[in-house]
Amino acid sequence: MLQKKINYYEVIKNGIFKENTIFKLALSLCPSIAVTNNLRNGVLMGSAVLFVQVMVNITISIMRHFIHPRIRLPIFMLVISGWVTVTDMSMAAFAPDAYKQMGLYIQLIVAFASILARAEMFASKNRFIPSMFDGIGMGLGFLFALSLISFFRELLGKGSLWGYEIINAKPLLIFILPAGGFIAVGILMGMFNWIYGKYEKKSS
Amino acid sequence: MNKEKTFIISVSPHIRSEESTPRIMWSVSVSLLPAIIMGAYYFGPHAIFVLSLCIVSSVVFEFLYQKTLKKDITINDGSAFLTGLLLGMNLPASVPFYIPIAGSFFAIIITKQLFGGLGYNIFNPALIGRAFLLVSFPKLMTVWTEPSASFIKFDALTTATPLGILKEEGYSKLIEIFGDKANLYTHLMLGNRAGCIGETSGLALLLGAAFLFYRKYITWHIPISFIGTSALIAWIFGGNSGLFSGDPLLHVLSGGMILGAFFMATDYVTSPSMKSGQILFGTGCGFLTMLIRLKGGYPEGVMFAILIMNCFSPLIDRGFKSKIFGAVKKK
Repeated sequence: MLQKKINYYEVIKNGIFKENTIFKLALSLCPSIAVTNNLRNGVLMGSAVLFVQVMVNITISIMRHFIHPRIRLPIFMLVISGWVTVTDMSMAAFAPDAYKQMGLYIQLIVAFASILARAEMFASKNRFIPSMFDGIGMGLGFLFALSLISFFRELLGKGSLWGYEIINAKPLLIFILPAGGFIAVGILMGMFNWIYGKYEKKSS
Repeated sequence: MNKEKTFIISVSPHIRSEESTPRIMWSVSVSLLPAIIMGAYYFGPHAIFVLSLCIVSSVVFEFLYQKTLKKDITINDGSAFLTGLLLGMNLPASVPFYIPIAGSFFAIIITKQLFGGLGYNIFNPALIGRAFLLVSFPKLMTVWTEPSASFIKFDALTTATPLGILKEEGYSKLIEIFGDKANLYTHLMLGNRAGCIGETSGLALLLGAAFLFYRKYITWHIPISFIGTSALIAWIFGGNSGLFSGDPLLHVLSGGMILGAFFMATDYVTSPSMKSGQILFGTGCGFLTMLIRLKGGYPEGVMFAILIMNCFSPLIDRGFKSKIFGAVKKK
């Protein structure tokens, strides 16, 4: 892997489609249901994860020769919590309104399986630049999934987008409730895999 | 439909039987006829409109789904028809036209077909359809029409259900509205009260249930344990003046208890198959119903109770396995 030339475009595409955190790996479903009842929270959460993922991947790939394999997981956790704290504090300072609603979930990023998994699987084995692109790809995949889910949930549940009214009604109230979150994630996951499966069949 | 007529290989002994899925489904639909007639009589033409819209949209959604995915089209087996019918019977008579359609879509496509079609659904489709509607349109789904018993009066009055009155204003108010106790029970038995289209008339529903018992399509285990548990809890904890002062008959006859116990909880797919498991299932339904009615936020709890117990029925089935004769017990 180290010697092989890595195609950055493929790395990013891999994160968005082939190993999409939510739709393909079904990881980090808790925030994908909890914060996606409006588009703004979904996008903010996705961006926070994108930032943490990229920074964690970069840090770990730089440090990878100094980390003893036996204690690698605690070190990864420390790095992740460090970057999550940075995100948490900056968000509390620059976007206090949004932070009030989703501060708890920002802190929860520490426990995301997807971030630790990428640190372990990719960043600790690859060089600086590929790790950064992998972080961008995985983060974008997460952002994409969260935006898609929150787009449909807010539109169907509240009839608005980003807080602005689109339809002058509340078509299906259930979609902004937790039960609707499960339904929306389930249906979108099914649709994503159906469409992606078709695309894969075509390209192979 | 053709699936029913294929050659089935199974172990002996064999008994020749006329029973099949379509036959059972259509029989259940027929057994609901008295309750439908009473509902139509009390709630007028709009009730019939809601019922037929539910049935038509259910069948159409099933047809479209199976057509689109190139599966065998099974709309003739009556299951989509029955789901639509039960969904319609669980709606208030005054709902606008898009509510039955949205409910049928959710019941047929999401609850039934996406899980693999008839026999694979975890939850009762009609009840999930109603739960979806109740959560999505809380206002529209709790507007109850006063029974008018006339086909001419179109501008129906709205009122609260007996359970709603019980929850909001107490037992004495209920007696005040209906006169005396005997009058209250008569009204509940005949169906002359506010409620969903098909749930109001206890007598008509029991008539249909008797037909199902006669044809041996349902057994006593689920309904009796369901209603028995509810009555017991209502009697002990339902009253205002201490323990053992509740009115069990009121709780059994009002709301959707009879419709739920005899026609919804006994659904073959979503209830346990062993008799002992069925009693546990019914008891759980009764307990949850009364818990929601007495302590919960909603006045009526039959729907949520059955749905919650639906997800326990695979677990119950595992706990109450049938005994295999001749098998040696593992040590």
